[in-house]
Amino acid sequence: MIYSLCFILFIIGLYCVLTKKNMVKIVIGLVIMEYGVNLFLVLVGYRRDGVAPIMDKTTDPLEFLATSVDPLPQALVVTSIVIGLGVTTLAIALCIKLYEKYGTFDISEIRRLKG
Amino acid sequence: MKGMTVIVKTVTRWVKVFIFLYGIYIIITGHLAPGGGFAGGVIIACSYILLMLAYGREFALKQLSSRAAHRLDSSAALLFLVVALLGLGYGGIFFGNFLQARYPGAAFKLLSSGTIPISNIAIGIKVAASLFLIFIILSVLRIVPGEDGTNKMVQDEEEE
Amino acid sequence: MGIEIYLLVLLIFIIVGALIAVEAKNLLSAVISLGAVGFGLSIAFLFLRAPDLAIVQIAVEVILLIFFIRATIGRDIIPAKGHIHWAGLVVVCLLMVAVFVFGFFAFRSLNEFGAPIIASVQDAPSNKYLKDGLKETGAANIVTAVLLDYRAYDTLGEATVLFAAIIGALAVLRGRAATEKTGSRRNVSRRTESRRAGSEGRKDK
Repeated sequence: MIYSLCFILFIIGLYCVLTKKNMVKIVIGLVIMEYGVNLFLVLVGYRRDGVAPIMDKTTDPLEFLATSVDPLPQALVVTSIVIGLGVTTLAIALCIKLYEKYGTFDISEIRRLKG
Repeated sequence: MKGMTVIVKTVTRWVKVFIFLYGIYIIITGHLAPGGGFAGGVIIACSYILLMLAYGREFALKQLSSRAAHRLDSSAALLFLVVALLGLGYGGIFFGNFLQARYPGAAFKLLSSGTIPISNIAIGIKVAASLFLIFIILSVLRIVPGEDGTNKMVQDEEEE
Repeated sequence: MGIEIYLLVLLIFIIVGALIAVEAKNLLSAVISLGAVGFGLSIAFLFLRAPDLAIVQIAVEVILLIFFIRATIGRDIIPAKGHIHWAGLVVVCLLMVAVFVFGFFAFRSLNEFGAPIIASVQDAPSNKYLKDGLKETGAANIVTAVLLDYRAYDTLGEATVLFAAIIGALAVLRGRAATEKTGSRRNVSRRTESRRAGSEGRKDK
């Protein structure tokens, strides 16, 4: 159920990328897809009634091993979020450059003006 | 852009220090508490972006010029690689934690866990400098609508 | 059962925000709805016991909003109008449904929500990280231990990608950066002008 809702988020992003004509809307769709994937990866690693994977002075190691959530997807998603920021920034720079050149965000206009 | 009103400037003057300090705190306690190089670097970049939005670009570039940001960015990446290569040289493993293997510090102390704080600092500086640079690049020009339907590009300074 | 209800409410909020972000006419309101999606995601990470991710997500979302607003403010002067042709829309919707059905059946082969792989597979790598992480790396935060010690190659690759993104943005917007360096000037044929200005600047040095 929760996985399906998370997948719906991904599908909304995909729909936005496929049907919109505005470049900024396409970038927004990409960002929504990225959010859906990140949330799905963290959901897969969740353990019911788990604790965060951060130890304390009072933590019992065996109990920590039995109750902690999966740290590996979290570590990968931290990297993925920052990479997503870099990629989105590059896409925004491309949008600004295209706007500067053609004066519009409409991709069909841009396609017509080619050459 | 000469900056915003005097209220924003005054609030910024007080708040920027705390944002910067919070970023540093997040970075150097990254191996003990939630946080780490990524989050702290983004927060430090936030403080510089706040400075630039409130005071205008010249003031922020006087604090940290784009050339210096380039140098910080590259040297932090180099520091990260040097840590990795030292791990290869001393421990035989690329990114091996040679400091922890030789001098194991007490757990849950600030000075512990070998090369991880150094890597955290390198990553933090790199992310902060990168995001600041990207913001400089993105905010050079701004488009305003002209009178006859065409759009003009103006420099930010001339807009005031 | 408690966390699932919280997560359901939060996910419905996120999905409504995403729909508004997709369908809003005004670009600025679309960008602000995207911000709402990101902050909701940050709260979801907190519920899922991932405080590192929540901090990173909230900071990244702020910066992303600033970048988006910087890119779109004053620029939706000529609104891009409308959808694609209706036949294309039908094809896209069929594709969506197909992808969703495929995903629905694929997710049924996963473990139940709340019972991760590390609980059923004893020699999964995450179990080793949780067991030996404090002893081998000395870091109390296991996520940082994985990020900067066990799997530091990933972080090196991330640094490389960030570097490449900056170089790409610099290369795309280079004309503007060169104009900035030689002082402000307003011009009509700005690209050639800025290129000339850049070469003059280089000659001066």
